[in-house]
Amino acid sequence: MQGIRKAFGATVALDGVDLSVAAGEICGLVGQNGAGKSTLMAILAGALAPDAGSMTIDGRTYAPPSPIEARRAGVAMIYQELSLAPHLTVMENILLGAEPMRYGLVDRGRMRQMASAALAQLGHEDIPPDAAVGTLPVAAQQLVEIARALAVGCRVLVLDEPTSSLGGADVAHLFTLLRRLKTQGHAIVYISHFIEEVQAITDRFVVLRDGRNAGGGATAAATHDAIVRLMVGAAPDDLFPRTPRRSGEAIVEVAGLEPGSASFTLHRGEILGIAGLVGSGRTRLLRTLFGLEAVKRGRIRIGVADFSGDGAAAGGPRGRWRAGMGLLSEDRKSEGLALGLSIADNLTLTRLEPFGPHALVMPGRQKQTSGAWIARMAIKCAGPSQAAGELSGGNQQKVALARLLHHDVDILVLDEPTRGIDVGSKAQIYRLIDELVALRPGSGQADLPDRPAKAVLMVSSYLPELLGLCDRIAVMRRGKLDAPQPAAGLTEHDLMMRATGASA
Amino acid sequence: MTARSLLDRTGVFFGLLLVAAIFGILVGRQFFAPANLELMARQTAIVCMAALGMTIVIATGGIDLSAGSMIALTTVVIALALRADYPPLVAATAGVAAAAACGLLNGVLITQLKVVPFIVTLGTMLIVRGAAKGLADERRIEAPTTWLNDLLRSHSGGAFLPAGIWAVVVLALVVAGILRYTRFGRHVFAIGSNERMARLCGVAIGRTKMLVYTMSAALVGMAGLLQFSKLSVGDPTVAVGLELDVIAAVIIGGGSLTGGRGTVVGTIIGAAIMTIIQLGCSQKGLANWIQQIVTGGIIVAAVALDRVRSART
Repeated sequence: MQGIRKAFGATVALDGVDLSVAAGEICGLVGQNGAGKSTLMAILAGALAPDAGSMTIDGRTYAPPSPIEARRAGVAMIYQELSLAPHLTVMENILLGAEPMRYGLVDRGRMRQMASAALAQLGHEDIPPDAAVGTLPVAAQQLVEIARALAVGCRVLVLDEPTSSLGGADVAHLFTLLRRLKTQGHAIVYISHFIEEVQAITDRFVVLRDGRNAGGGATAAATHDAIVRLMVGAAPDDLFPRTPRRSGEAIVEVAGLEPGSASFTLHRGEILGIAGLVGSGRTRLLRTLFGLEAVKRGRIRIGVADFSGDGAAAGGPRGRWRAGMGLLSEDRKSEGLALGLSIADNLTLTRLEPFGPHALVMPGRQKQTSGAWIARMAIKCAGPSQAAGELSGGNQQKVALARLLHHDVDILVLDEPTRGIDVGSKAQIYRLIDELVALRPGSGQADLPDRPAKAVLMVSSYLPELLGLCDRIAVMRRGKLDAPQPAAGLTEHDLMMRATGASA
Repeated sequence: MTARSLLDRTGVFFGLLLVAAIFGILVGRQFFAPANLELMARQTAIVCMAALGMTIVIATGGIDLSAGSMIALTTVVIALALRADYPPLVAATAGVAAAAACGLLNGVLITQLKVVPFIVTLGTMLIVRGAAKGLADERRIEAPTTWLNDLLRSHSGGAFLPAGIWAVVVLALVVAGILRYTRFGRHVFAIGSNERMARLCGVAIGRTKMLVYTMSAALVGMAGLLQFSKLSVGDPTVAVGLELDVIAAVIIGGGSLTGGRGTVVGTIIGAAIMTIIQLGCSQKGLANWIQQIVTGGIIVAAVALDRVRSART
C-alpha cells in the first residue's frame, strides 16, 4: 500500500500512509485509538475505497471494489468480532459461500474433506467438522475463521486485535499457529494495542499516528518505550480551558466495585478521568456504576444514596438520576438519543415534572425550556420540534449533554463525550465541562446563593483531552482500574505505558 | 414546517380524500348521504375502538395479536352476566374488566418473561379464544334484551349518532390527550423509539408496558361491548382475525411496527379508509374478493410510501 489517503468530510483519516508486508513475514501495525489503523485495514479489505494511493499484491495492481473481491484476490480479515454463523457446523462455516457442488446439490463428503484439510493445515485436526460453531470455545471459533480464510486460498491475513477475547494459553497457541502460517509463506498483518504482543510475534512493526506513518522498523531492535514514544508523538498545544477549581465534598465513593476492580472517590469541583484502551472495560465500569449492568461486588455511594446491594435490586438508572447522577452514553445513536423523537423530547425525558401539574406535560412549556437550552448550548437546528436524527453528530451530542444539564445533575458521567464530533463542538464541550466544575461564587445572599460546583467522571480514548481537562486520571487495563493519580504530573507517555501494560 | 413534514402529517388525510373521491365517483352522490356516512361510522366503530388501544401498543414497538379473542371473550362474559340477571352496566363492566385482565396478563408475560410481544400475544390469542369457548361451552350465549343492544342502533332519521359512536369519539380524544399531554405518553414514545435510551433515562419500562397492554385491552373490551351490542348474543367464535384489521388501521394511519410512531387521528383515518373501501366495493356491487385485494394493496402501499419517506431522512 502506497500513499494511501482517505478523508471523511473535513476529517482526514489517512494522509499518505505506506504499508508493505512480505510473504513469510508478520508485520505489526500499532497506533493509538483513532490513529487510522481501522480505516487503513478497511481499505485493504475492500470495504472502503481510498481517495488516493495505490495497492499491489505480488506486483499486480489491487483495487478491490468490495470485500468479496478482496477475498478472491487473497486478502482475508479476521476481526475482533468474529463473523461466523453460530448455528451452522464448522465445515459449513469454513466453506460458506464456496460450497463444493455436485449435481446442483452441496457435496457434503467433499465439504468435510476440504474443511478437514484446512484445519489440518492449522495443525488443529482436533476440531470436529460437524460441530455447531456456537458450541465451541472462542479460541476454537477463531481458528475456524482462520481456516475459512485458508480454505478459499487467502495468502494475506489481517488480524485485528485477535487476542482481545482469548486467555493466556490460547494466546500462546495462536502465536504458534501464526509462526506456522508464516513458514508456510503467508503474509500476516497483526494489529494490536498490546505492545508486548507485537514484540513477541512480529518481525517488523509500523506505527500510525494521526493518519500518518510515525515510524517503524525491525521489532527486535525496538524497545517497548521507543514504540510508545512513536505512538504518542510530541505533546499537543494546550487548548483546554482551566478555570480555578476547588475540590469540595466527596460526592461519589466507589470501593472494590466488580466488574472493574474500581475504588475511587469523586469530589465536587473535580474532573476524574479514566484512560485505557478500547475494550479494556471502561464503558462497562461506567454502566455498572450507573445501574445499567449488575453490580457483582463492592460499594457505591452517590450523595446520600447507597447503591451497593445486590445487582439490579439496588435500583437502576432511575435511582441514579434521582440521586443526582446522569450518564452520557458513548453510543449516541443506539443508546444516547431516540433519533426519531424531537429534540425537546430527547432533552427533557428524564425530568418532565416542570411542564405541568400532576402527570401532565404541556408541549408548549416543554418546547420553551428546550428552546432555552438550544440557545444556551448553541445547538444548530430548525427548532425544538425537529427530530434529533436530523442533526449533525456534534449537535446531537450537545442535545444528549443538555439532558444532563436540564436534569441539573450534580455528577456527570461522560463516556467519550467528544467522539466523532467536529472540532468546533469539541471546544465548546470542553469549555462547558470546565465551567461546570469551576468555582461558582454567588453574592452569598439569598437572592444569589453560591452554586455548588458539579463533579465530572469522564472516559476518553483521546489522551490530550484527559490530560487537558482532568484533575486526576485512573487507567483501566484488561478490566482493572488502577488508583487515580494527579493529572498535573502525568504525560501521554505515562498513560500509554500504564494502558498497554508495561510495568516500567 | 418543511414541505416534507407537512406531507408526513397530512399524507394519510390525502389518502382518505383520494379513496373517498374514487368511490364517490364510482358509486355516485348518495355515497356521501348522511345515512350512508352513519352506516360507515357504525361499521368502523368496533375496529376503531380496538385500534385506539393498538395505537398505544404499537407506539411502544409492541403488538397485540390477542385483540380478536378478547373481543369474543368480552361478548361471552357480558352475555353470561346478563343471563344471570345482573344489571346491564355491571355486565358491561365485567366484560371490559375481563379483557383488561387478559391485557394485564400480556403485559406481565412480556415484561417478566422477556418474551417478545408477537409470541406472547400469539399464545394468548389461542388461550383467550379457548377460555371464551370454554366459558360459553362452545355455544352462542343468548342474553335478555337490554339497552346494551342499542349502542350501535341507528336512531330514526339519523339526526343523532348512536351512543356507541360517541363513545369512540370521546375515548379517541382521551387517548390522544394521554399520548400527547402526559408523562406516560412521552414515555410510551421514548420506549418505542429507543428502548435502550429510555432505560438509560430511568423510564420505568416494565411498569409502563404493563399499563400499556392493560389500557389497550380495556379499549379492546369496549370494542367487545360494541360487538356484543351488534350481535346481541355472546359468541366465542366472533372476531377471528379482527386484530389484523385493527393493526392494519394503525399502520395505514402512520404507525410503525418498529415503534415510536403513531397517532390517534392517523389510526382513525386508517380505519376510515378501510371501511370506505369495503362499503364502497359492496355498494358498487363488487365482489368480496376485490375488496380484500384492494385493502391488502392499500396496506402494502401505505407502508412502502412510509419507507420511501423515512429513507430520505
